[in-house]
Amino acid sequence: MTAILADAPAAARWDSRRRAGRFLMFAAIVLLCAWVLLPIYLLIVNALSSPNEVTGFPKRMLPSFDTGSISFFINFAGVAKALWNSILVAALTMVLSIGIGAPAGYALSRFDFPGKEAFRFLVLMTRAFPLPLLALPLAVMFIRTGLDDTPVGLAIVHTTLALPFAVLITFSLFSGIPFELEEAAWTLGCTRLQAFWKVVMPLALPGIAASAVFAFTISWNEVFAAAVLTIENRTLTAFLLQSLNVSPLYLKFAGGAALVVPALIFIFAVRKYLFAMWGIANR
Amino acid sequence: MTRSKALPYLLLAPATLFLCVFFLYPFVLVAHEAVTRDGAYTFANFRTMAEHWKFPATFWNTMLLAIVVVPLQLVLALTMASIVSRVESGRGAILYIFAIPLGISDLAAGLIWLAIFEQSGFLNTWLVGLGVADQPVMFLGYQSKLSIFVAVVLAEVWRATAIMMVILVAGMGLIPKEYGEAAEVFGASAWKRFTRVTLPLLRPSLQTAIILRVILAFEVFAVVAALGGTNLPVLMGETYHWQFALQDRNVAAAYAMLILAISIGFTLFFLYALRVPKEARP
Amino acid sequence: MAEISIRKVAKHFGNFTALHSVDLTIADQEFLVLLGASGCGKTTLLRIVAGLETPSQGEVWIGGRRVDHLPPRDRGIAMVFQNYAVFPHLTVYENIAFGLRMKKLPQDEVDRRVRRTAELIHIEQLLKRYSGQLSGGQRQRVAVARALAMQPDVILMDEPLSNLDALLRLEMRAELKGVLAASKTTTVYVTHDQVEAMSLADRIAVMHQGRIVQAASPVEVYRNPAARFVGSFIGNPPMNFIPAKKAGDGRWSVAGMTLDGPRASRSEIEFAIRPEDVEVAPDGVPITVRVVEPLGAHTLITSDVEGHLFRAVLDSTTTVRTGDRLTLAPKPDRIRWFDPDTTAAL
Repeated sequence: MTAILADAPAAARWDSRRRAGRFLMFAAIVLLCAWVLLPIYLLIVNALSSPNEVTGFPKRMLPSFDTGSISFFINFAGVAKALWNSILVAALTMVLSIGIGAPAGYALSRFDFPGKEAFRFLVLMTRAFPLPLLALPLAVMFIRTGLDDTPVGLAIVHTTLALPFAVLITFSLFSGIPFELEEAAWTLGCTRLQAFWKVVMPLALPGIAASAVFAFTISWNEVFAAAVLTIENRTLTAFLLQSLNVSPLYLKFAGGAALVVPALIFIFAVRKYLFAMWGIANR
Repeated sequence: MTRSKALPYLLLAPATLFLCVFFLYPFVLVAHEAVTRDGAYTFANFRTMAEHWKFPATFWNTMLLAIVVVPLQLVLALTMASIVSRVESGRGAILYIFAIPLGISDLAAGLIWLAIFEQSGFLNTWLVGLGVADQPVMFLGYQSKLSIFVAVVLAEVWRATAIMMVILVAGMGLIPKEYGEAAEVFGASAWKRFTRVTLPLLRPSLQTAIILRVILAFEVFAVVAALGGTNLPVLMGETYHWQFALQDRNVAAAYAMLILAISIGFTLFFLYALRVPKEARP
Repeated sequence: MAEISIRKVAKHFGNFTALHSVDLTIADQEFLVLLGASGCGKTTLLRIVAGLETPSQGEVWIGGRRVDHLPPRDRGIAMVFQNYAVFPHLTVYENIAFGLRMKKLPQDEVDRRVRRTAELIHIEQLLKRYSGQLSGGQRQRVAVARALAMQPDVILMDEPLSNLDALLRLEMRAELKGVLAASKTTTVYVTHDQVEAMSLADRIAVMHQGRIVQAASPVEVYRNPAARFVGSFIGNPPMNFIPAKKAGDGRWSVAGMTLDGPRASRSEIEFAIRPEDVEVAPDGVPITVRVVEPLGAHTLITSDVEGHLFRAVLDSTTTVRTGDRLTLAPKPDRIRWFDPDTTAAL
């Protein structure tokens, strides 16, 4: 009995410290969420206000839900085309990087062969290089081959950015599907290709879709190469960068919102696979 | 199965070919362009680059940004990752919110912070509203280099911490809980457990996160363009400037080589500084 | 009708030799168990028969057809995997039907076979479920049903019971034996569990370091191990071994006893006896009891003889305590002798 009584203050201290810790944690979470979300909210407020409100002072913290800025942005010369180019380039990047990356990811996950480490090194090496700089020499190369200022040319540069991710994500995806399942399919009458389509594909599809979305996002967001490689066929990022000095604030903010909102959806769509993209880097 | 010897190579061939043609070869090209001028080998491009009046500011701005931004991001990312790996309910939602900036373009991030820092922006609204300032302050003008720098730092920290966070969360997930519990049984406080158990075991992920972030820090471009225009020159911005405004591909290539050299230098440094000795690997 | 014939099959992984020129013939409808510790090559051998692994040398024949150059789908085999490999994106029904559909059987035939096999394996109530909704035991049943539905010439099983808990394993073991005997399929079954091997097999092939050490009926393998390894691997507790010194022509001195043994030119061989083949008697090996473990039906005692571990399984009615001195006599017809160099039985 006495022993329990003697420990009571210590227990109480322990308890209050735990409660304080929990409060601190809660406060930190709220603060950090606000840190991430508030700036986005403010941009959206601007985008959903009339041009006069955007250039006016002081600012209101709530949007007036005026579509003035947005309709100005959409009707601004070149925006529609830039949007279309962004989507086109991103879609091409998605197809290229998955089409090229997924087979490589599959090979890495299923086979041991001489040269495997060399290939992994090549893929990881791309991370140590400032890839957007590729746009400089490629600009020359593309002029020679007629790819300059085309969506395909830009998509190729964006694919060098997205390909390492596509390889690593699909590698971890395929590694997560037991080889035994494929072997079982072989013993049940499948060729290698049939086993892949009937067993591996259905299981890997959500993850492949996620890495495709990720490739799309990478291209959608890229600024430097897009600005270097396109002149007539500007993407949205290149267009906004070019017009930074000359465009009014409300055009910038509406354009920023047009970049951000799809990104929010993309990240939501791939949230489960975020770790596959980066967790692999630990090995 | 038969054929399986050739199959992996067939599967890897497109990716390898692609990376050789559009990754390795262009770097050879840009290197070649950086050291030639009108067909002759020369260091003139580097001299032109270094002797330009803007170069010292450009170089030091970029360095300073990296030196200030990366440690801030590291601390913030570690905090976020610790929270995510400790929280019990709502983990998915918190992780998603923390990861949002991962999907946001650096240009968009610049515009987001422009909405806050521009003269008629939200920061001025609050400052005037609270009576701290009598009238809106011009944060992003050509005379206010310091406040531009601060705005860029904030925007960069806001935008690019998520990448580190996700890598670190993944790394923390790989550390078995028992280590921390064992340390707790032996009387280590929460802070001691973090510094003595979690951090050392997290070293491989820290290495990845830092290397990636440092490289990206030297590529800073659109955030600066959106917030500071040309008032805060950085390496990537100058590369772009030489390529387009000054139409000198060779000097732009020299800049590219400089960025590449700095990136490789720092990668090697962190690979060495944060290496895990073979014997200590699990 | 499918006899399996494995001829001089070897497998190297780099410098490591997983199989040294293995020869084995499995008769039609025979239930053969490949038994051995992990890493002995038994799974590699099974996978070579299945076509999942290519032999470095040698030939595999199934039903009079050479198959070692054929992919698994053309070998007339079905396989049950250690982790069951039940496709998670398909229902139980579609899992069982998978191979039948690959054969392009008509729908009514597929349906008939799926339902009949499901009934046989007692999973007819699970047909609409997905793998994620099944217990380990149920998944195991689906894997077996999927293999049986193919009506293959040969069923290959890779440690199919090793992931089940003890009770379930016992139940599935008995059921597997019944179902496979009824199906009259040639079966090759890999396990590291000697009890499983003894209870299921028509014939056991004991493997050690990439070689088949002995292939014989369970009783033969237990009674007359062909090599020291077989005696030490099979039986729980395993055989006791004591060095024997020559004491005349065909006479050997073992721990103070002089016994009749094989005529060998060597001066030293090994004496071996199973723990249950000794009895307390006035003449025999004198021992001091170190550990007594009452196991219900028997009492296991542990001691040592001339520095060699010696165990005896005694009737549970004998009362022994630690420290007791006993004399244990081996039953003469159960004594086995081994050559210490070749480890072969003498």
